[in-house]
Amino acid sequence: MIVGQRKPIQEIIGMLKGIKNILILGCGGCATVCSAGGEKEVEILASIIRIDRKKKGGPVETKEKTLARQCDTEYLEELKDEVDKYDAVLSMACGVGVNFLADMYPKTIILPALNTSFMGVSEEQGVWSERCAGCGNCVLDKTGGLCPVARCSKHLLNGPCGGSQNGRCEINPDIACVWQLIYDRLKGLNQLEKLQEIFPMKDWSSSLHGGPRKIVREDLTL
Amino acid sequence: MNFCSQGNYDNMTNPNEPDIVAFCCHYSAYAWSQDLQNLPRLGFPENVRLEILPCSGRISIIRLLKAFEQGADGIYVAGCKDDTCHNVRGSRIAKKRVDYVKNVFDQLNIEPERIEMFMISREPNRGFIEAAKEMTMRIKKLGPSPLKGK
Repeated sequence: MIVGQRKPIQEIIGMLKGIKNILILGCGGCATVCSAGGEKEVEILASIIRIDRKKKGGPVETKEKTLARQCDTEYLEELKDEVDKYDAVLSMACGVGVNFLADMYPKTIILPALNTSFMGVSEEQGVWSERCAGCGNCVLDKTGGLCPVARCSKHLLNGPCGGSQNGRCEINPDIACVWQLIYDRLKGLNQLEKLQEIFPMKDWSSSLHGGPRKIVREDLTL
Repeated sequence: MNFCSQGNYDNMTNPNEPDIVAFCCHYSAYAWSQDLQNLPRLGFPENVRLEILPCSGRISIIRLLKAFEQGADGIYVAGCKDDTCHNVRGSRIAKKRVDYVKNVFDQLNIEPERIEMFMISREPNRGFIEAAKEMTMRIKKLGPSPLKGK
């Protein structure tokens, strides 16, 4: 899933300065699963905004709504008859949702309430970590299913580096050296010979370096 | 003794006294819950409005925020001692939610002391009453909620 976290309260309050009628819009997808921007978090943020305005003596109207997702036209269309009523929409989706709202409603101020962090997993309740960097050219078949692009601090394809110490990363000892994990896993699978293969220079044009990416599936388009 | 109906925290108490909403777990309040009407006679401040929860871990962040938004000058949660919680970690969960709201208050320049977590022994003792008295004294010193009169 895409993992995000709410921006600091003062940053959100700062971007809402002068705005009196706000739609706080949650997302029922990843933002709900990572407890950053679902129905519950929408309710909490709306209350925080009202408390701040009440304290300052400034009027504010907050409407709370959560769509099934903010990354599909069919759900964003649910807003078409009401979006003009608000001075701004404060989206609690990831950056994808914020962008798509802005694309779809060009006359409405769209603001982000979250910082989109990474594509990752829920390790345990309240703990998330990155697993995929979305580089567009997956090498997981060669690395035992563990990604050196997302999980090696140096994104090394022919690791480990000399900073791998006791299975930990020298850049951040809180994280495991993914190349140690790759070695251990391939050893367990009797596939250590895979490490004999030298990765050539990676073509990063399928990653962000190639500019904004797009997929068109002719078999699906109408 | 005043009780909140769930989700309605409008002040029903003496306007000259601080309005305090207390969310109390069934177990830490149990010793007194048989005789709640007699609490004032035992020294329980009349300005504290009680909401009894099956477990303090049932408290949600939004209920705490709404109690404040709707006019409480102070809020507290009373649960079991950390190591003797009837539901194992209910009071620990409640404390995390109280701490979350403390942090929100801090970021909004509202005194975080307006909200507190009390972990009280489930044995019959005066901890339940002392927490209410301590909170009343604290809120009297802090004065009315900064949302009042705005």
